[in-house]
Amino acid sequence: MPLKSEPVEVNIGPQHPSTHGVFRMVATIDGERITDVRMVVGYLHRSMEKLAEERTYTQNIPFTDRMDYLSAINSNLGYCLAVEKLAGIEVPERATVLRVIFSELQRIASHCMATGAFINDCGAWQTPVMYTFRDREKVLDLIEMTCGARITTNYIRIGGVAFDIPDEFLPALDRLVNDDLPQRFDEYDRLLVGNEIILMRARDVGVVTPELAINASLSGPMLRSAGIAWDLRKADPYCDYDTYAFDIPVGYNGDSYDRMVIRIEEMKQSLRIIRQAVHRLTGGPHKTEVPLALRPPEGEAYARIESPKGELGFYVVSDGGPAPYRWHVRAPSLINLSVLKEMTVGQTIADAIVTLGSIDINVGEVDR
Amino acid sequence: MPHPATVTLAGAVVAERIRGALPGAVREAADGYTVLDPARMYEAMAFIRDDEVLDGKYLVQLCSVDQVTRIDVVYHIASLAQNHIFEVKVPADHEHPEVASVAPLWVGATLQEREAYDLMGVRFAGHPNLTRLFLWDQFPGHPLRKDFLALPGGQKPGLSQFPKQVPGQTGGEFRPRLPGSGE
Repeated sequence: MPLKSEPVEVNIGPQHPSTHGVFRMVATIDGERITDVRMVVGYLHRSMEKLAEERTYTQNIPFTDRMDYLSAINSNLGYCLAVEKLAGIEVPERATVLRVIFSELQRIASHCMATGAFINDCGAWQTPVMYTFRDREKVLDLIEMTCGARITTNYIRIGGVAFDIPDEFLPALDRLVNDDLPQRFDEYDRLLVGNEIILMRARDVGVVTPELAINASLSGPMLRSAGIAWDLRKADPYCDYDTYAFDIPVGYNGDSYDRMVIRIEEMKQSLRIIRQAVHRLTGGPHKTEVPLALRPPEGEAYARIESPKGELGFYVVSDGGPAPYRWHVRAPSLINLSVLKEMTVGQTIADAIVTLGSIDINVGEVDR
Repeated sequence: MPHPATVTLAGAVVAERIRGALPGAVREAADGYTVLDPARMYEAMAFIRDDEVLDGKYLVQLCSVDQVTRIDVVYHIASLAQNHIFEVKVPADHEHPEVASVAPLWVGATLQEREAYDLMGVRFAGHPNLTRLFLWDQFPGHPLRKDFLALPGGQKPGLSQFPKQVPGQTGGEFRPRLPGSGE
């Protein structure tokens, strides 16, 4: 007698280690296969866009820390660039170089976390994530040395950066970028990139085609894994990124494995950028004087940066007052989830977990 | 890439291109953006996506701005192949904002339109699943409206309590007085 199977709804999350925070996926499964997926978000919604309308432009910077808390400096930078574009503020040379150094350090920290968590989702429970955390800690030590905070940094300010680097920073950075991290990344290569188990586990899982990637507004490693060499540091340069020599790693298949490899390669490219930036550090101020209650002229500005998750954009509308009239965040984590259904329907539950891990969402940014 | 750095297309350039194919679809061309006629916006958007020159294959972002007398839906559209970006706005009625959904054109609009519906109350006609994204289904009102809820110290009129505690209170009755409306 043939066995009958009926579709069953399964809740994955919000309290589940594989869902990266409080993301909830309601999967309808038929046997082991997923036939439908519904995502439920909002458990971490803090209404930042509304709150920001009551605060001054400077007071809003800490909100951006708490969006993508794994790459707070990048979020700070995107917001400050948008306000600077709106108000026409020039940034000193030294501040621009410091911004590049710190946003690349933060990219390494974020990608370490993403890679570790992805291997975790693949089933290598806890050990690889401890390796990547070890390296992330070293990067966070440098950030702490400069601005006193490890996660919610509030470091980039409108018109520059909050603090200059201390004397012991450059020797420590030199040890990290020229000695420690290159060895670690070689270790990742040996441990992860050529690893047959990971290849078997993540190859052809969660495939995105280039057409779908563009149509669904994907960005960051999600877009590049589909073979599209699109990196805003090159395509729409900010902070003089066009004057640095670095490569854009691109995937071939658009699958989860490509995304992991792209993140590891991007960390190596970040080291290259930091090495070049250190030589450009000149004297001079690290911040221009900007009034605390800044009143940009009436108008609107959209500024975007390449955050570790993808294109992070800030749309700021000013009515001439001290607080933004409207403040919208183009959150890459949310928009990269647009293809969750296309990617996971037809997969097994175990593969869906790997797919979600390879998107590298941050629920703080999804919900805001 | 044809351009090393992204070019921002002026509103007049975009407007002229759309006018050439769809006369009357453009309402106004400003410096940084183009305003579309809401009644014809879907065909204009489809034209933007498939046109050779505008090549708007990539919807960068979609959001809405409450302008008190109307609600603007703002689209930033880009071409990755030609590396340019431009901005398009569609005005909607303030009381019952409704515009056509562009989710059939760009998959990437699906979640962003749900967000705009949830927080601003813009209804997107033709959206496959227009439900609230962040807030719970029974949530009264749409918080990003300027007349929704003012925080302590704010200049705008607001609710006395968070709406959950006062069932009938939605925020609509606390709309600010418009200059010259005689209210």
